[in-house]
Amino acid sequence: MSVRGTKIEIQGLSQRYPTRKVPTFNRVDLVSPPGEALAIIGRSGCGKSTLLHILAGLTKGTEGRILLNGTEVAGPSPRWVMMFQAPHLYPWMTVTENVGVGLTFARWGKKEIAERVNDAISLVELQEFAQANVQDLSGGQQQRVALARSLVMEPELLLLDEPFSALDAFTRAALQKDVRSISKRLGFNIVIVTHDIDEAVIMADRAVIMAGSPGDIVHEMDVDLPNPRDRTDPEVQKLRARLMATFQEAANYRKPEVALAGAVH
Amino acid sequence: MSDDAAVSGVVSAGVSGNCISRMLKSTAGKSVHFFGGLAVLFAAWWLGIHFITQDPSMSQFSDFAPKAAFEAMPGLWADGTIPAALETSGYRLGMGMLLAIAIGVPIGILMGRIRWFQQLTDVPFQFLRMISPLSWEPIAVVVFAGWEEAIIFLIAVAAVWPVAFATAAGLAKVDPNWFKVARNLGAKPWHMVTRIIIPAITFDILTGIRLALGVAWIVIIPAEFLGVTSGFGYAIQDARESLEYSSLMALVVIIGAVGYVLDTICVMLIRKFSWHRG
Ligand SMILES: Nc1ncnc2c1ncn2[C@@H]1O[C@H](COP(=O)(O)OP(=O)(O)OP(=O)(O)O)[C@@H](O)[C@H]1O
Ligand SMILES: [Mg+2]
Repeated sequence: MSVRGTKIEIQGLSQRYPTRKVPTFNRVDLVSPPGEALAIIGRSGCGKSTLLHILAGLTKGTEGRILLNGTEVAGPSPRWVMMFQAPHLYPWMTVTENVGVGLTFARWGKKEIAERVNDAISLVELQEFAQANVQDLSGGQQQRVALARSLVMEPELLLLDEPFSALDAFTRAALQKDVRSISKRLGFNIVIVTHDIDEAVIMADRAVIMAGSPGDIVHEMDVDLPNPRDRTDPEVQKLRARLMATFQEAANYRKPEVALAGAVH
Repeated sequence: MSDDAAVSGVVSAGVSGNCISRMLKSTAGKSVHFFGGLAVLFAAWWLGIHFITQDPSMSQFSDFAPKAAFEAMPGLWADGTIPAALETSGYRLGMGMLLAIAIGVPIGILMGRIRWFQQLTDVPFQFLRMISPLSWEPIAVVVFAGWEEAIIFLIAVAAVWPVAFATAAGLAKVDPNWFKVARNLGAKPWHMVTRIIIPAITFDILTGIRLALGVAWIVIIPAEFLGVTSGFGYAIQDARESLEYSSLMALVVIIGAVGYVLDTICVMLIRKFSWHRG
């Protein structure tokens, strides 16, 4: 398995829900080069999920456009796949069937599906559960199935909406590292939405901070750290502190404890 | 059913050594209940007739006793009454059920998926559902060319509502995120139906079919009282008119047994296609 990343260009993207006076965000511009892992950080309600849904083609922005390698995003596609906060697996399918479901939509041959599904399952280290009922898996294992289900499509861009926030700290840390290393190995882009500063520092090449009403990208920072990254590494801690400070400033947080509470998730 | 038991037996064998014996015990327990229940039923039947026939003026009722009924059965089988009734009633039931499923499942999906359709049809459907299918009989024989079609229509009318309502209820419980995930992975609208909706609600559809089959099997007997010269309903009517009460009771037993077998098959299918836990 190997794929190329994609150049993401968000051009003047606005979203206004008809029920709201203020647009959720207004004329957002953002470019991400092929293969980059980009983190979007912002406090709750600033429009991160909305932005990601538009990137995935699941909703349409009211203005502006998104280009992936120059093609405009007009709807969902196996080339850009979203991974959600919860696994949302199909309980009537085995692990293998869940992972292969996207390929069957695309009318792949049985043999090719089996091969690619096998690869994806190995990638997330679930070989021994390949034929298991997904209802028998732990939360972390289920989220790994969801990851494999996304990866099997060999997307150029993987969109992650707080994908690990429901998991325990150990599983979360392991999966954060796994996803990053897989993306680097295969070369696809990541856009991860999070309010966990740690997650951004561990997973991203660059972090942008979204804030304000209407929301906009108010700050960005390169996360220039060696791989694999370890939370306890002083370099990582230093960058984390800097990002946190910037985040607080940008998001106009008055009380530090609020920011800390936000960072837990 | 026994497959499941065997599989779970094998799986948990490593955990608890005497689970095989537990499984045997549970099977034994089930058959005790099965035969015990059957024995109670036949004892009540036998006792009832026994007491009624104590009165000499009621002695003609002895033909209704279990013994007479079971003695009549081989004859009914040999002269082709039972096989023929099984075939014709079975055919009508099958056709009626097929129609009910072919109409009920799509209607149920529309009810569950499309709000205005559900709102628009709620009153008429609840209204129609309450009308005994048999009350359509006079209309059905006028509308359809023959009694055969009319009976199939009546069965379909009886069976369509449980199927449609169970399908709609199942759909209402479907997690909307399953659709979002599918769309995200490139599913076409057609895939939503065949790959998500149908498997997600197979359990509910089968539960509806089980209810429908029960109703249909009840309705088919009186539906065959009129117009046709075949099927269980006709056979019952025929036995009554020729005063062969032992044959009549034998047919009643067969009707009950067929219904029981059909229901058991449904239960097994439901178990096989259910992904629900606990
Ligand atoms: N369908 C909708 N209709 C109207 N308003 C909406 C809709 N979806 C989201 N919003 C609003 O748009 C804003 C942005 O929502 P969004 O879910 O994108 O936030 P978020 O940054 O992902 O927040 P969180 O971190 O809590 O997930 C919120 O104020 C929300 O209430
Ligand atoms: Mg969100």
